[in-house]
Amino acid sequence: MPRTWQELFVTGEAAAATAPQEEPQERRRGFFRRLRENLSKTRQALGAELQASVFQRLDDETFERLEEMLIYADVGAPATARIVERLETEAAGGTLASGEDLTRRLTELLAEAARTGEATIDLRHDPTVILMVGVNGTGKTTTIGKIAWHLQKELGKSVLLAAGDTFRAAAVEQLEAWAERAGSDIVKAAPGSDPGAVAFDAISAARARGHDVVIIDTAGRLHTQDHLMDELAKVRRVIAKQMPEAPHETLLTIDATTGQNGLRQALLFRETVDVTGIVLTKLDGTAKGGIALAIAQELGVPVKLIGIGEALEDLRPFDPDDFARAIIEV
Amino acid sequence: MFEALSERLEAALGDVRSRGKLTEEDVNKAMRAIRLALLEADVNFQVVKRFTADVKERALGAEVLESLNPGQQVVKIVSDELTELMGGAGRDLVFSPKPPTVILMAGLQGSGKTTACGKLARHLREQGKDVALAACDVYRPAAVDQLVKVGAQAGATVYEQGTGRDPVDIAEWALGRARADGRDVLIIDTSGRLHIDEALMEELARIHKRTKPHDVLLVVDAMTGQDAVNVAERFAQVANFDGVILSKLDGDARGGAALSVRAVTGKPILYASTGEKLDAFERFHPDRMAQRILGMGDVLTLIEKAEQQMDERKAAELERKIRKQQFGLDDFLDQLQQLRRMGPLTSILKMIPGLGSQLGSIKVDERELDRIAAIITSMTPEERANPAILNGSRRKRIAQGSGTNVHAVNQLVKQFSEMQKVMRQLSQGKMPSLHQLARGR
Ligand SMILES: Nc1nc2c(ncn2[C@@H]2O[C@H](COP(=O)(O)OP(=O)(O)O)[C@@H](O)[C@H]2O)c(=O)[nH]1
Ligand SMILES: [Mg+2]
Repeated sequence: MPRTWQELFVTGEAAAATAPQEEPQERRRGFFRRLRENLSKTRQALGAELQASVFQRLDDETFERLEEMLIYADVGAPATARIVERLETEAAGGTLASGEDLTRRLTELLAEAARTGEATIDLRHDPTVILMVGVNGTGKTTTIGKIAWHLQKELGKSVLLAAGDTFRAAAVEQLEAWAERAGSDIVKAAPGSDPGAVAFDAISAARARGHDVVIIDTAGRLHTQDHLMDELAKVRRVIAKQMPEAPHETLLTIDATTGQNGLRQALLFRETVDVTGIVLTKLDGTAKGGIALAIAQELGVPVKLIGIGEALEDLRPFDPDDFARAIIEV
Repeated sequence: MFEALSERLEAALGDVRSRGKLTEEDVNKAMRAIRLALLEADVNFQVVKRFTADVKERALGAEVLESLNPGQQVVKIVSDELTELMGGAGRDLVFSPKPPTVILMAGLQGSGKTTACGKLARHLREQGKDVALAACDVYRPAAVDQLVKVGAQAGATVYEQGTGRDPVDIAEWALGRARADGRDVLIIDTSGRLHIDEALMEELARIHKRTKPHDVLLVVDAMTGQDAVNVAERFAQVANFDGVILSKLDGDARGGAALSVRAVTGKPILYASTGEKLDAFERFHPDRMAQRILGMGDVLTLIEKAEQQMDERKAAELERKIRKQQFGLDDFLDQLQQLRRMGPLTSILKMIPGLGSQLGSIKVDERELDRIAAIITSMTPEERANPAILNGSRRKRIAQGSGTNVHAVNQLVKQFSEMQKVMRQLSQGKMPSLHQLARGR
């Protein structure tokens, strides 16, 4: 499972060739301080420091608490019931002897449930096209800015952004601001114009200017708005016409505060545009994002990235073990 | 994906029908089903526990009304209790006798505050108020631009000072402007913030202190899960909000967060935001929300929406025509347009109890409706009134005029005649079957 950027993104290049250039001493110190802060933020967000054992004994009350914990994390009743049942069976069968065993086994089961499908993102295309989709306000545009920055910083890739949200007021200006922060090129069109055309132009431009990766923003839409979902399918078709096999990656943003409706979102977006991965955003709050587990289990779509804040740096490769620990952290 | 609660309850209680009274065992069974339904709707775990305990007490020993089976009886009790819990003694927006009335908007990132500002502005403008907006989201890129655009659409003045100043100062400055300009209402847009972000929550408290808002509204995404409770509690502490705007309610989330927020803070839900257009904004109806959370459809909303959109004179005329079987293609076009003003067709159909689940894969193609409109408008008035005269050459002409083909025209004429059949039955007091309705579409 990917933990580092190099493990998440498949570039086919030797690691040394992509190492970012030396930074001036001054900026580097700033960068490391920032990195340290962010690591502790990640740890906070993901609760990597778990107490030795959340559960003391193996009794009914413990199982009740376990159930409660999973429900609070938005894992959902069906997935929760499945996990609790399995643990109860194992406890009855004698394979679990203590509260510690239970904690360990639960973490294993949760991580196992989160681990599904193809977990990497292949960047060996020329250019690699990434399509970003999701419900309004879930963090598409912000995530695009963050991905662009990391691809450049960590992997030395040159990225072009496509302002495909031609609908929401000031959406283009918002992406422009991110492009500037991340130091990426951007392709945009007038408000109200056809998002498919923007995607088409962006891919042409990337080819002409030699960019490695194109990330296409789209307007937020509810999965229940059929005409908007049709529009999204059309954008995808236009991309595929321009470049067979593209988009190479279609990422769906899911807000970690989302409840059981997240499953519907994933289901319908996958039906429409064949989602290949989830970006679980806003994990810096108190929500645990357990719906991502239900999505992984029911639909086999893996989480690939997590959002842990509003700054460029606040994006991480998803790690199932950390995620599992965070869910049962009290 | 969701099994309707009423079906589940009937499965659990099917055998009680003959006994007439609900026993403890029946009620326990029912409560399990209800608990599951509420959890699936994202009602907070703790709230579910408390709620089911209360309802259990009320349901125990309750007489089963003659007209209901035990499952329905429990649903009724639950739905009554839910409605009460969700409605209660809520208060409306308070307007200050000394304008401007100040409304402060707050919420998490991406919950829909800026859009809600525009909608509320438009809503108040419709009541004849002179509304201004204050752009205090200086953090999210282009948030000020967005508010400026939304404000223009809503016909509200936007007071903004870019992103260089402290939002607390901007808010105060905007209030001064609103006062000087004699506005009735000032709505303050703020950045989205996490309830655990101490610095930003402190900033919100300062805006609150400096502007002394008459109403503080928390915008909550209808899709929020268990975390809604933590968020609402913290915002209540810091900004002591008065009411909630529930956003993105046009999706298919059951919206249990509404119940959670209400239950833990006691604050009422005031408005529901139901679409991206500025007029997709309505007063919140606790009874309907109760039914939605329980997965029982939303007939009332449907009826009211239809009533709002349909001009009464037209409605009477339409009824007369249907009764006399004079319903022509012109009327059909008119109906289509009325219907479309109500929102996307699928979301309307989904509000009909029982239909929601049956609808499943049925998709209403909005472009199909455009095609139909094009075909009808390409007909002469005579043809519209009496489609029977549409011979081959007329159909060809219409196909050309509407940019479609003869097949599409034929299909429409056929569908229309099916629909007339259904209407004939309706006017004779027979309800059409779902099957007929689906075909008539
Ligand atoms: N706290 C936090 N906020 C986020 C994160 N990702 C996005 N946001 C915020 O969520 C809001 C909506 O994000 P945006 O990218 O505009 O969503 P879009 O509508 O899907 O494009 C903005 O205020 C972002 O700053 C995250 O990981 N953590
Ligand atoms: Mg966006």
